[in-house]
Amino acid sequence: MLKRYAPETFFDEMYTAAGEVRPHYRRIEQCLTGMTPEEFDRKREAVDLAFLRQGITFNVYGDSQGTERIFPFDLVPRIIPQKEWEQVERGLVQRITALNLFLHDLYHEQRIIKDGVIPPYYVLSGKHFRREFVNFNVPKDIYIHVCGSDLIRGADGKYMVLEDNARCPSGVSYVLENRRAMKRTFPGLFEQVGVQPVDHYPQELLKMLQYIAPAGVADPTVVLLTPGAYNSAYFEHTYLARQMGIEIVEGRDLLVRDSRVFMRTTKGLQPVHVIYRRIDDDFIDPTVFRRDSMLGVPGLVNAYRSGNVSLANSIGTGIADDKVIYYFVPKMIKYYLDQDPLIDNVPTYLANEESDRKYILDNLDQLVVKAANESGGYGMLMGPQASKEEIAVFRKKVEEDPRNYIAQPMISLSRHPTHVADGNFEGRHVDLRPFILYGEKIVIVPGGLTRVALRKGSLVVNSSQGGGSKDTWVLYGDD
Amino acid sequence: MLSRVANCLYWMSRYIERAENTARLVDTNLQLLLDFRNLNEQRLAEHWLPIVQATGDEEAFFKLHPKATAAAVTEFLVFQPENSNSLVQSICQARENARMVRDQITFELWEELNRLYLFVRSPRARDLWRSSPSEFFQEIKASSLHMIGITYATLLRNEGWYFLQAGKFIERADKTSRILDVRYQTLPEKGMPTNISQAEALEWSAILRSCSALDSYKALYGADVTPKSVAEFLLINADFSRSILFSANLLDQSLRRISGVPEGRFTNDAERLAGRLVSELRFSTIEEVFDQGLHNYLDVLQQKLNDIGNALFQTYIFQSFSSLEEEILVQQEEQQQQ
Repeated sequence: MLKRYAPETFFDEMYTAAGEVRPHYRRIEQCLTGMTPEEFDRKREAVDLAFLRQGITFNVYGDSQGTERIFPFDLVPRIIPQKEWEQVERGLVQRITALNLFLHDLYHEQRIIKDGVIPPYYVLSGKHFRREFVNFNVPKDIYIHVCGSDLIRGADGKYMVLEDNARCPSGVSYVLENRRAMKRTFPGLFEQVGVQPVDHYPQELLKMLQYIAPAGVADPTVVLLTPGAYNSAYFEHTYLARQMGIEIVEGRDLLVRDSRVFMRTTKGLQPVHVIYRRIDDDFIDPTVFRRDSMLGVPGLVNAYRSGNVSLANSIGTGIADDKVIYYFVPKMIKYYLDQDPLIDNVPTYLANEESDRKYILDNLDQLVVKAANESGGYGMLMGPQASKEEIAVFRKKVEEDPRNYIAQPMISLSRHPTHVADGNFEGRHVDLRPFILYGEKIVIVPGGLTRVALRKGSLVVNSSQGGGSKDTWVLYGDD
Repeated sequence: MLSRVANCLYWMSRYIERAENTARLVDTNLQLLLDFRNLNEQRLAEHWLPIVQATGDEEAFFKLHPKATAAAVTEFLVFQPENSNSLVQSICQARENARMVRDQITFELWEELNRLYLFVRSPRARDLWRSSPSEFFQEIKASSLHMIGITYATLLRNEGWYFLQAGKFIERADKTSRILDVRYQTLPEKGMPTNISQAEALEWSAILRSCSALDSYKALYGADVTPKSVAEFLLINADFSRSILFSANLLDQSLRRISGVPEGRFTNDAERLAGRLVSELRFSTIEEVFDQGLHNYLDVLQQKLNDIGNALFQTYIFQSFSSLEEEILVQQEEQQQQ
């Protein structure tokens, strides 16, 4: 196996351009070449069946049969040497530090606007900027407690940040379950290779949640607020709640009395102090945000403002992952930390800027155009692969609403050997989503979720668009 | 424990028990028919109709099927998606409830329930059902027993456990009473039945087999199967784990463990009704039951079980924390007088 694999012209995670295996992949290559396609297939089927049986699935929306699918999993792990990871880690710590300083500033003095680094229009027109929370002090002054920043590598192999997910990033349960599956499938390999563990994520998450509890609560009750069993990430919600040993609640399980939050239990009302919420700002409290929300808790925002309950992430962090604000993150790092960014952004053009817009409209067939507040691979134009009609549609959208569009050059993401069929491997594009926890200190479990675009030539890694995942190994050494 | 969680555990447990009972009931009756000769359509309808009636879904059945044929009844009880109590739907609902409380049950229990769910929804289930119904039912019954074992072996004996137990035993008491009621039309309305035919004896054995009770029954009563001793065994035997008294007793114990109230006392309606039911059963004789008529007796019993279920819901699940008066009181207190 792997004999006929060709890295072609892309940056390949496993092989150099000359076709030599990179030193940190040597052992896994040996393991794979020593295996017959039948053995590999058996292992693959066993893993898929285990995922299905355990219900490690996501819900497919718009399917009346209530179909659940497993998130396709590729057995070839993505491997990162220790030194390389340490650099990435430093870059991520720098970035989340700057983003938190930015959010504090934005909801207080707004120095960065007054100093002309970010034009006020971009903030004030931000869909997720919550002016209700200006001058509100969030617990421990932390805004983004859980952040998932998507990293990609271009043709030269340099890491870049593609976007930040600062509201409710999901996928960490796959990191943990993928690792469990790999340990079952290749038990011997872990000992030989030396892989840094990821299992402590739930403990770190719980520690962070307890840290942000309201002052004076000695033994805080932490809960996870889920939209419910039909949400695509519901498996992850129950998984994390179980791992942390906390209650998973829906909006209807909570109520607010006297600006305090309680849950309805068989023994009456029990106080709640910290909510790890996995529902959007818009839905969290029908008396403040969307009135038609059936998922939220009336009065929750009041309780939050009174300091009786803490939320992770805080309300209003969405402005930091607005794709227009993303453009300014390198400037934020310079402004707040007086440092150069350790991980660069992807070059970005803002449709709202006269000269950029002209460039975007002239080069729509070369660029990737994205809506500022969409996620999951929706609201996106891949210029070079798009039809004339699709381009025309986006031209109109950009012209009508320039504030909400940005464009980036098409980055040919790095590729990784991925099983396609019958023991054959081909290069498929990958990205990496590390999960960053910001509590008493900043903690990043080594690696993160490697997502892979399983369709040949596709650059979209989202699960809703034919993406799969791989286990991500950060080594104890460099080979 | 969250009220919603308690509710899900209770119903998950009920639906698993329901599925297993349906499997046994249909399986036994399919096998029973193999013992009869000269079965015409009339005779078959007489056989299958009471089984639909016993489930209490007669009305829903005739909305979907014109006649109580074997094919229609078994389809209705096993696969019919429109029948929320069909075997497959029961498993789907058990699994749906389990999914809501994945964090509260053990991985092993979830995996087995999910496996069963994937099986009954797969084409393989239909194939097996066509080629060998008894193997199909064996799959369901074995899985249910497996889950009971897993539950005992892996779950914490906390509050959730007692909600699971309450759900299981209230369902079991109800289902045993319904299975016992299947042949009531062959009995006199009141009073003890006299001699029964050989075919009827086979039907009463089928009732025992539908409750996994035949072996235990024989150990106690010998090979002679009569309506009187079958009813006595399934209704008021204190030691058989599927008898109504045994189930009601465990239901009562579970309820009292949830609130911590000692035996002989109660703090809510569910405990009061369950305690009363257990006492009634404990101090009844089978002669008294037949004096009232078995069918009447079971009818009233099923209503009592429903009342306990409703009382449990009112006490623990649907707590109206914000009654109007209470809300007004709070708001009155909150007004500032300057």
